[in-house]
Amino acid sequence: MIDVNVSLFHWPFRRLPHDTTDQIVKKLKAAGVTCAWVGSFEAILHEDADGVNRRLAAECQQNNDGFLIPFGCVNPTLPDWKEDVRRCQENYKMPGLRLHPNYHGYALDSELFAELVAECHQRELIVQISLRMEDVRTQHPLVQVPDVDVKPLLELLPKFPGVKIVLLNSQRSLRGPLATQLTEAGDVYYDFAMLEGIGGVGKFIEGVPYQRVLFGSHFPFFYFESSQLKLKESDLGETIRAAIATGNAEKLTF
Amino acid sequence: MIWDLHCHLNGVDGRTPEERMAQLLEYADRMGVDRLIVFLGMSFSRSYDPKPDDFRQQNDEVIQAISHWMDRALGFAYLNPNYLQESLDEIDRCIVNGSLVGIKLWVAARCNDQAVDTIIKRVAELKGVIFQHTWYKVGGNLDGESTPDELARLAKRHPEIPLICGHTGGDWERGIRAIRDCPNVSIGTGGFDPTAGITEMAVRELGADRIIYGSDIGGRSVSSQLAKITGAQIPKESKQQILGGNLKKMLLPILREKGIKP
Repeated sequence: MIDVNVSLFHWPFRRLPHDTTDQIVKKLKAAGVTCAWVGSFEAILHEDADGVNRRLAAECQQNNDGFLIPFGCVNPTLPDWKEDVRRCQENYKMPGLRLHPNYHGYALDSELFAELVAECHQRELIVQISLRMEDVRTQHPLVQVPDVDVKPLLELLPKFPGVKIVLLNSQRSLRGPLATQLTEAGDVYYDFAMLEGIGGVGKFIEGVPYQRVLFGSHFPFFYFESSQLKLKESDLGETIRAAIATGNAEKLTF
Repeated sequence: MIWDLHCHLNGVDGRTPEERMAQLLEYADRMGVDRLIVFLGMSFSRSYDPKPDDFRQQNDEVIQAISHWMDRALGFAYLNPNYLQESLDEIDRCIVNGSLVGIKLWVAARCNDQAVDTIIKRVAELKGVIFQHTWYKVGGNLDGESTPDELARLAKRHPEIPLICGHTGGDWERGIRAIRDCPNVSIGTGGFDPTAGITEMAVRELGADRIIYGSDIGGRSVSSQLAKITGAQIPKESKQQILGGNLKKMLLPILREKGIKP
């Protein structure tokens, strides 16, 4: 099983039951995860983006077996952000980036975002976009961050054919036919950490090809068992279940 | 043993209450859930302040839904304190003379409304279970949407009446604190994200005997809600209490009264 939505280090507003790398790795391995794509909680508020990415890469490297795959964060509102992209790929050997446009204050219809996607397209980096980190209703009163509006991707993605976009934590804000339309506009994938509704995964793949759905847990912010059990809750059949749990993410990286 | 405190017919496939109940039970079987408590009808978004005809119809749908599965499903009556006499009549119709075993109060009126005192006293006489929806929304609650603070004030006026704080207030770090010093209030764990740490904090601050598992299906996933308990770092015995033991204990008096097998 490949988990494409894991974060290391400390969530700024709460200590989590599993918030050391050792605890996270132990828990994931015990649950049958073979590889985890990890971002850093530090990325949402820190402005020294390279410091964040450097620590993330080092932490993954310490667990020297390739289990943790780092996804660095780039904030295109910061000066010289293209150097961060370069370092992520060339120095830290990251296969992709994890973006937090809402925490960093840019929209997906901005010129900055288009430039960032162009850079990732050229470098063949996977672009993860986190639409939210938590329920907007329960955020800290002084840090109220709206969800990312991904509708502009419909216009943008056809300009960058082949760029791989993974939308994380998307389903609570992605309504109506947009999920389907995005898969038609480009290589858009979804995790299901925030997919709710009874039998949610089974219903989601009625609108989105199952080949575009990836296992993501948003662990350790969420209990890992939430996503793990969702694969059981829907009667997916072994082929689809295996593709979602592992195969689709494997194809994305190799 | 898993008993789910918080289930709806809304958000579930099926043209009739029976079809939806059958769907819910299919998922329950797959996930190992033994018993479901159902409240609100097939579509509960018609009004936040339902007129008597509306809440009666929703209760009819629940009664219809559970009628074939009394060994697996129980129901609560949905009431609106803004229609006090009609709500008291509905308690008679659904609980005294019907098959339902508790009440659900949603967002029509805040639970510091005087009418709620009258309602819960009547339900307590019948040994029924009382579930009050609560939230703390950082952007502001609906006009009639109660907070856990308001429930705590109600609970202190009636310390002998057990109450359930639905959703733990959503913002559970505040919700748990708000009802912490009300031993007659338990929290319902359903209907908010599976944010890690909720159950550990609740056990620490309230004790496992004041925590009741619920899901809020069909709007929520069984998995995301079960995970809060199964994934928590708490003793196995505490998980058993939360997943079913506490709710069963709370329901036993009225189940016995009605001759329903626990």
